[in-house]
Amino acid sequence: MEGKQDPASPAEALSAPYVLAYTYRRSVGPVIGRFLTGLREGRIEGVRTAAGRVLVPPAEYDPETGAAVGDFVEVGAAGVVQSWCWVSEPRAGQPLDRPFAWALVKLDGADTAMVHAVDAPSPAAMRTGMRVCVRWRAERVGSVRDIACFVPDEGSGASEAPPMPPAEPVRGMLSPVHLEFTISPGATLSRFLEGVVEGKLLGRRCPACAKVYVPPKGACPTCGVPFGDEVAVSDTGTVTSFCIVNVPFEGQTMKLPYTYGSVLLDGADIPILHLISGIPADEVRMGLRVRAEWLPAGERRPTLESIRWFAPTGEPDAAYETFSEHQ
Amino acid sequence: MRDVAIVSFAASTTPHSNLDDVEMLAPVIHEAIESSGLARREIGFTVSGSCDYLCGRPFSFLMALDAASAWPPISESHVEMDGAWALYEAWVRLQIGDIDAALVYAFGKASQGDLNAVMATQLDPYYLAPLGVDAECFAALQARAMLDAGRCTERDMAAVAARGRRDAGLGAASADELLRAPYKLAPLRAHDCPPVTDGVAAVVLVAGDRARQLHKRPAWIRGIDHRIEAPSPGVRDLTRSPSTALAARAAGVGRAKVDLAEIHAPYTHQEIIVREALGLDASVVINPSGGAPGAHPVMSAGLIRVGEAARRILDGSAQRAVAHATAGPCLQQNLVCVLEGEQ
Repeated sequence: MEGKQDPASPAEALSAPYVLAYTYRRSVGPVIGRFLTGLREGRIEGVRTAAGRVLVPPAEYDPETGAAVGDFVEVGAAGVVQSWCWVSEPRAGQPLDRPFAWALVKLDGADTAMVHAVDAPSPAAMRTGMRVCVRWRAERVGSVRDIACFVPDEGSGASEAPPMPPAEPVRGMLSPVHLEFTISPGATLSRFLEGVVEGKLLGRRCPACAKVYVPPKGACPTCGVPFGDEVAVSDTGTVTSFCIVNVPFEGQTMKLPYTYGSVLLDGADIPILHLISGIPADEVRMGLRVRAEWLPAGERRPTLESIRWFAPTGEPDAAYETFSEHQ
Repeated sequence: MRDVAIVSFAASTTPHSNLDDVEMLAPVIHEAIESSGLARREIGFTVSGSCDYLCGRPFSFLMALDAASAWPPISESHVEMDGAWALYEAWVRLQIGDIDAALVYAFGKASQGDLNAVMATQLDPYYLAPLGVDAECFAALQARAMLDAGRCTERDMAAVAARGRRDAGLGAASADELLRAPYKLAPLRAHDCPPVTDGVAAVVLVAGDRARQLHKRPAWIRGIDHRIEAPSPGVRDLTRSPSTALAARAAGVGRAKVDLAEIHAPYTHQEIIVREALGLDASVVINPSGGAPGAHPVMSAGLIRVGEAARRILDGSAQRAVAHATAGPCLQQNLVCVLEGEQ
């Protein structure tokens, strides 16, 4: 139950760094596009709703009524802090690399607040209700970051944005995503992968259906129960199905054509997928008996790539009935 | 409406687990089904809540199905939401009347990545994501708005943390002792923010007489509703939760005396906002499970609130309980569920 430490969580499990990174190219549409174009030109524009409220930054539809928004309205480059918090340890990618405040700023002429950074010397310099003004970036690209940050308004208001050469309206933007993880395969798969380093293939038997899974998973997919006994299976097996790869692609390490097959290891009930080699592609067949070709002990890592491929044993082909269940 | 009850609940949480999702889930789902008294084949609908971004792997809920036994093929659904919303879908599904039992589960391992960075991916990509702002910053802006409005003090917030930590068995530090800690993201201190937690939960819902056969005191769902507000925090009054208040009214919270409430408030000041929006008086016991200050497994924390409320109906220690779940920055979306024991 909640708060209970999980006794089944092993102290040691494999883990590896994993980065998810990609960039969306987003269309911004006419409303957001005009706002971003305005920022590039050193101007902040909101939109007026049917009820007369000015939304900054502009929404495409009135959040209260869902109605389309009306005219664009230029608002001031200075405003009032409505709430704030203090970041003592900024992260990479944030607007300032020294301690700063996040604030909800209601710009002069706006009825809603926008979030941005305030470059203040200390939290003592921040208070709700204080006036702040925009510090423009000199080189602007049509992004909310064209506002470098806000600064406390000493009474002189915001400086003019340095002019930018005329350009097409902003129609799109890049949205990068970058997330870093430390992924663990879990206890069951960790044990299997440690076996691979030792040149062993360790399956697990389901206590309910008695099938042996290699590689084993966290639970039997058929019965939904955690696996029971560890079962060492052979590194020989039977090709139950295969395909021949003739299509080149980036990062390919095998010479075309090559064969990818389902191999039912002797002693296992679920086939694994791996390369079939040591035989011309056009001679690979269902029922072919194969054996794992392991990398030398010192080169094996906790991955199935520690098996270079499966190659024919030279035994007679297995009878179809022995693997027909796996078609 | 068809009577639907929670008949069993199981959960497991830990700051960091070396198990994978399926290894964490399988024993908890097994426990929930075993203690329900149902056979697995009686479950007519299975629905889960999780977030692919927590592990950075698309369609991770499909892998997790190994824990739910998807053979012979099952009727299944998934929400990219806290499991409390999966429970809502199961309740709606049971209203159709052709099946009597549903399994709801939720899972997530927040410890695998930078949770703040992960949660930031849910923010507006045009105005907010480019700034590097995240959900914790929004919670801090909301807390400041509460303090400025005189709706709570930093000590009130620390008192929420102290009570939650005590009830979760994490120590007896008083609010005043907690207040000696430095700010993490002023005005938030570490105790105001949810602990990073890996966790899973499972609930079994059963309709009508089948529920009465299975349990002498099922936790009947007498009302359930969820509401959402505009995404931009700058257009909302952050010191109030009108979506909670609306959901509470629709779920009938105020129709009779409430014994206890399990409130899903990731940040301490949010408990104060939600408690008021639910319209609870001072006699209502809040979060006897400890709530978010004890453990906050993202994607199952809300379902655990429902399960913990149900548990106290099932064991006879409460007659009427309210469970609340939230999603999105600054309490954007809120679900309220009213549970009652047999009269």
